[in-house]
This record gives sequence, C-alpha cells and structure tokens, in this order.
Amino acid sequence: MAKKILRMALTLIISLVLVFFIVKAMPGDPVQTLTQQYMTTDKLPYEQAYERAKVALNYDPEVPVMEQFLTYINQLLHGDMGQSMSYKDSVVNIVLGALPWTLLVCSISLLLSFAVGNIVGLFIAWKRSRLWDGIMSGYQAVFGSIPDYIVAYLLVVIFSISLGLFPARGAYSSETVPGWNLDFILDVMYHAALPVLCYFLTTVASWVMGMKAICVGLLGEDYMNYARARGLSRKRILFTYLGRNAMLPQITSLAITFGLLFGGSPVIENLFVYPGVGFYLNSAISRRDYPLMQGMFLMIIIMVLISGLVADALNKWLNPRLREKR
Amino acid sequence: MSRVGLVIVSIFILVAIFGPALVQEPESDFLVRLKAPSSEHWLGTDYAGRDIFSMFIMGTRTVLMVALYAGVFAVIVACAVGITSGLLGGKADAVLMMITDIVLTMPQFPVIMVLSMVINVSNNLLFGFVLGIWSWAALAKAIRTQVLTLKDKDFIEASRIMGISNINIITKDILPNIVSFVAINFISIMRGAILSSVNLMVLGLVPINGTHWGMMLQMAIGQTSLLYGGIQPIVNFATPIMGILLFQLGCYLFAMGLDEAMNPRLRR
Repeated sequence: MAKKILRMALTLIISLVLVFFIVKAMPGDPVQTLTQQYMTTDKLPYEQAYERAKVALNYDPEVPVMEQFLTYINQLLHGDMGQSMSYKDSVVNIVLGALPWTLLVCSISLLLSFAVGNIVGLFIAWKRSRLWDGIMSGYQAVFGSIPDYIVAYLLVVIFSISLGLFPARGAYSSETVPGWNLDFILDVMYHAALPVLCYFLTTVASWVMGMKAICVGLLGEDYMNYARARGLSRKRILFTYLGRNAMLPQITSLAITFGLLFGGSPVIENLFVYPGVGFYLNSAISRRDYPLMQGMFLMIIIMVLISGLVADALNKWLNPRLREKR
Repeated sequence: MSRVGLVIVSIFILVAIFGPALVQEPESDFLVRLKAPSSEHWLGTDYAGRDIFSMFIMGTRTVLMVALYAGVFAVIVACAVGITSGLLGGKADAVLMMITDIVLTMPQFPVIMVLSMVINVSNNLLFGFVLGIWSWAALAKAIRTQVLTLKDKDFIEASRIMGISNINIITKDILPNIVSFVAINFISIMRGAILSSVNLMVLGLVPINGTHWGMMLQMAIGQTSLLYGGIQPIVNFATPIMGILLFQLGCYLFAMGLDEAMNPRLRR
C-alpha cells in the first residue's frame, strides 16, 4: 500500500514537472507572445502588459527555474492554477465547470457498456454460441480498427444531420435554464445521447469478450461441475455461481477503464463540441493556452489516479480472498 | 484467417515500397475538383482537384513509416527496460518498474497531445518517436515477467556457470525466446500508433506535413465533409478510412495467426 501511494505521488509530481517544463521548452517565449497580445487587445503600454503576462502565465523568465517551479507548486496547493489566456476566466473555474460534463458522459456510457457487455458475454459463454462469438469477434476487430473520431463523425452525420434525431453539438440548449429542473435534465440527457452512444459502441465489445473469456475459464472449474451434479437450477448456477465470480475481475477493470475513458475524451468531446475536460485540453493545446493546458492535463491525471484507487478499494471489498488475508 | 491477414499486410507493404514510384505526385488543379472516379482518376479527385488514388498510395508509405518508427522505438525501449530489470533485479529493477508503472498510469493520448506542443513534428521519424514514447510500458512489464521465468531455467544457469557475459546471455539466450512474443506486441503497438496518429491529425494538432491518411481524412472532413452532397465527397472520405480499416484488420488477423503459431497452448 505504501508503495502504491508513493507511486501515485511520483506520478503526480512527474506530470507536474512535465506540464511545467513544457512551457519552458516551447519554441519562442510565451510571455512575449502574450505581452504582444495584451498590447494589441487591451491597449496597454509594454511594461504593464509584460507584468500582466507574467502574472497570467505564472511564469517569470528572470527567476531561476527551480524557484519558479516551487512557486508554481505553492500556488497549485492554494488552488490557484493561473488565468486562462483564451477564455478570460481563472483555470480553476474552467476545470470545475468542465469536470461534471466529462464525468456525466463517461459514467453513463461506462455503466451502460459494462452492463450490456457483461450480460451478453455471460450468455455467449453459457450458451456456447459459436455464431454470436463470431459476430462479436468481428465487431471487436472492426471497431478496434477505426479511430473513435470516425465513429463519432459518422454518428453525427447519420443521427443528427441526416435524420435530425439528436443535437450534434454542445451539452444543453441555450433556451433551457441550467439548474435542477426537469427541462434542463432532459435536455442534458438529450444532448449526451450521441457521445454516450459513441463511447458505448467503441467499448462494448471489449466487455463482451472479456466476460466471455472469464466465464469460459470458470465453466471448467470443479465447483461448477459439482453445482451441476447437485442438480441446482440453471438460473442459480448462471447467476450465483458463474455470474458473481466472473464479475470480480470485470469490476476491477471498470474503474481502470474509467480512467482510460477520461484519457480518450479529447477526441470524442472535440467532435461533439462537448464542454468537458478533453475538449478544453484540446482547445488549450491548439490555442497555445499554457495555464489551461496545465490545469486540464492535471485534472485528467488526477481522475486516472483516483479511479486506480477506487479499483483497488473495490477489489478488496468485493473479493473475499483478499479480505481474509489481512 | 491469418493467411488473409498476411496477404493484406504484404500488399500494403509492397504498395508502400513501390507505389510512390509508380504514381504521379498529386497536384492540385481546381478545374477538376471533386470529380467522380474515372479512368484518369481512379478514385476521383478531392476539393483541390488532387488525384485521390495517388494521394492514397503516397499516404500508405507515410502511414507505414510512421507506425514502423513508433513500433521500433517502443520495442527497443521495452526490451531494454524489461530485460535489464528482469535480469538485474534488486534496486535497478525497483526503479525501472516504478518508472514503467508511472508511464502506464498516465494516459497515453493526452500525454502525446501535450508533447505535440513542444515537439514540432516535421518528419516521419519525429512523429514515430512522439507516438512511441508512451507506448512501451506494458510491453516492458510483460518482457520482464518473461525474463523472470526464463532466468531460472537450466540453460541460462548453464551459461552463467560457463562464465558467459551478460550481453551474450541476453542476445543468445533470452532474445530468441521472447522474439515471437515481442513480434506480436510490435504489431499491436503499430496498430495503436496508427490510431493515435490519425486522431492527432483530425484534431489538427500535428501541422500539415505532406501525405498521411489522417491528413487526407482531416481535409476530407474539413473541406468537403459528407454534407457537400454527391458521391465524390463520400469516396474522398471513405478512401483513407478503408485504408486504415483494411490495414488494421490485416495486422490484427496476422498477429492472431502469429500468436497461434508461436504459442503452443493456443494450437488446436
């Protein structure tokens, strides 16, 4: 456990160093660029614009690198991630605004593909259906071979442009009032439909195949034969004996996959113009908005680390074999 | 099925080697923009009047080269890390595995996105490097496990006792035993690199540097899209996708066959 925490801390520090030094390694001086920008947009004299650029970037070329890094960490610990260059808002606000959207879409699609995938996988293994096994392998081969972006693009073209069933962009329509009212919630769900479908289509096959592989392994175990020999009902064997045991490793990978989805979000969110973490990461990178890039990248790493922790905890809680060891 | 995979992959490799010599460099000609397939332009032309077929052929070389560089780079790093850490053990092992775990924890795509800010991807080698830099970790871990089981086998003990140097043990005893395993992983790293490279390009994070299916796709989506009407935008859009899909499927089937041939447990 201590090793795990050390590793997490190191991962966090390395990602901090990475995003910090990327700004330093940039070709050209970002402070100068921003200074020029302030001078033209806000009509400031050079010195004033320069000071403002330094503050906005959390970055002063005259201070030694190490000291800069420590100041940066110190500010981070106080919840200050600097000022976004392209959105005129503090990075913390943007991060906190973006996070719920990604969490919403990722968790709905993950639960959906997890539930459907595991049920289908369980039945394919139970029925020993060659046909469905073949279909799912083919499905996985095809969907594992095309970039997610293409799937998302085709969904937009088919469902939103040709058929006009779902909105193609955004998280909610501008007419609705954000808040806990029914209209808004329904509207959010309506807008989330296509991104969720896209995640679902690209991830469901791996759940099916994973569950099938585990179940086929378990079906050969002695206790399964014994359960059959005792004449237990098929339903009981299927759910209590097979399903429950096969779920364990799947639930562990649930949390890990959640982290992976977070990492893969830039591609899909960008296409749906869905204002989540990945969308802002991409727009920060293409607009060379360093503070925002740092913030979003850190957010993704932190979410991945948290889901790793949750995976461990779930595994300990659900797996009696691990529980007894203590 | 694996034979089908081999045939597909071989065709693509041949096209990548000899294709660019046989087709003309695509040139833009706005008089013949978005023309349907004909005997002159086998797959028609794109929004700037470039011949899609020759763009596709040129792209094959770029895509394969980038993926090859990424795969080679990742495999070299993975072998170096995995074998050293498995053979040496102790502190070196702990440190290397810590690094590997960290690389595994940080999601690949965002890291590549951020790196693409600093590294100005101007040629295929650099692009392959960016794509490969974060994809060696899982393989390194797997190689380490393999090395750990091999290490205690009698033939390695024998080499040790005979006083054969570590380098020789690695190249003569260990590498031949893991080469099939590494080959399969090499193919899957290449597949991943192709997906990431296309994703990076459609997101517009890699500056336009010539021909690549991802670039074709980005231009097809950005300039004509499917909404332009008519059949030609669809051909324009579908060509790079079919390329990606076919090559990836070929690799997938070939790797499965390789796995079956090399792994006695999977043989029926």
